Amino acid sequence: MEDFLFAFLNWDIVTQAWPILWRGFLYTLALSAMTVPLGLAGGVVLALLSTSGPRLVRLLAAGWTDVFRAIPPLVLLVFLYAGLPFAGIDVGAWGAVALGFLLNTGSYYGEVFRAGIESVPRGQMEAARSTGLSRGQTLRHVVLPQAVRNVLPDLVSNTLEVVKLTSIASVVALPELLFQARQAQNATYNATPIVAAALAYFLLLWPVVRLVSRLENRALAGR
Amino acid sequence: MDALNSFIFSFFNLKVMAQYLPLVAQGLGLTVVLALLIVVCGLALGLALAVIRSFGLRVLNWAIIFTVDVFRALPPLVIIVLLFFGLPAAGLSISGFAATWLSLTLVLMAFSEEIFWAGITAVPKGQWEAARSTGLSFLQTLRMVVLPQALRITVPPLTNRTIAITKGTALGSVVGVAEILGASQSAMSFSANPSPLTLGAIAYLVLFIPVVALGRWIETRFAWKR
Repeated sequence: MEDFLFAFLNWDIVTQAWPILWRGFLYTLALSAMTVPLGLAGGVVLALLSTSGPRLVRLLAAGWTDVFRAIPPLVLLVFLYAGLPFAGIDVGAWGAVALGFLLNTGSYYGEVFRAGIESVPRGQMEAARSTGLSRGQTLRHVVLPQAVRNVLPDLVSNTLEVVKLTSIASVVALPELLFQARQAQNATYNATPIVAAALAYFLLLWPVVRLVSRLENRALAGR
Repeated sequence: MDALNSFIFSFFNLKVMAQYLPLVAQGLGLTVVLALLIVVCGLALGLALAVIRSFGLRVLNWAIIFTVDVFRALPPLVIIVLLFFGLPAAGLSISGFAATWLSLTLVLMAFSEEIFWAGITAVPKGQWEAARSTGLSFLQTLRMVVLPQALRITVPPLTNRTIAITKGTALGSVVGVAEILGASQSAMSFSANPSPLTLGAIAYLVLFIPVVALGRWIETRFAWKR
């Protein structure tokens, strides 16, 4: 028991590693603040293309979505970070993360938004158009607000996954929470920093998990 | 044309690809084994927890809900790293394969428990009462009346979640598992050419595009009419 506490819940180590863990935590928040909007923007564009574009565009959008949902995000990230420089294109760690998340989470958000747009009855579109609203206005004022409300649980749950996924940025050496915890563990030969990082993720995301769980139950029970 | 040639040389170098195809194919095999183990164990544990939760034992249920929340809130990579680099500090060594399998199994357990449970609660109370009044026991009711209906509505969300978590097998490369990504990364360092990575990406597409398409089909096939 003593050994266990020493190796996993060592207070001295926590106080020692605190400054770099805290920086990692802030970095994780910054990464999330970048990747979530990128994914959302990519998702809206994909969803619009795959629901209202010409037939060929719709097919291409669906294929694009399937490809980037089939490739694990870490594979994409490694490809962008370690592969592209061979062709003389060096996007750097930040660039690789931004691009990888745009492609990966954009596709997931795209599927969510597509389901939302398709859940809005056609009559709504037709009624709005017949009152003189343009296509863009109809989408913005009539279709999207209802679409977002209908898929709110999936949107929140997907956002939770995106924040968790920022931990793979540690693989390309961005100093986010997991990376910093690994550094601290290497420096101290003690697993406490990783336990502390896990605890930080849990405290940050637990409220979101509770929220998602409530929203999902309501959605499934309401069918 | 030089840029195109160098692009082809880097990413679609057939000579390099042919040389490392066996290595990446082995990685593919390992990914499939790992994925199947995770799916079977994760779903079984998730269903078991959901069934236990339906017994309505308060303290036990709190424990289940808390466990599920923990594994839904933690990033899978953090759990893998914790098991792989952390456990040795307690004198317990665990292979990268075992750490990846255990972590993703626990994550899938958590997500599927939540979905199974939502399915069980979505079955109207009258079904329970009617079945019990015909003389079926609690377990018989669960097995023959409630679960068949519950499982049906859980299929679409379960499929999507299972696919997403199975793709997490690529995280095993971080702890030295020679699955597709791990194998293609080693091949990339041996050959100083990223073509094996292209091969790895193709392997994932071959493996997962049919599964993603299946998920899409299941979503429409099992959709409930509103």
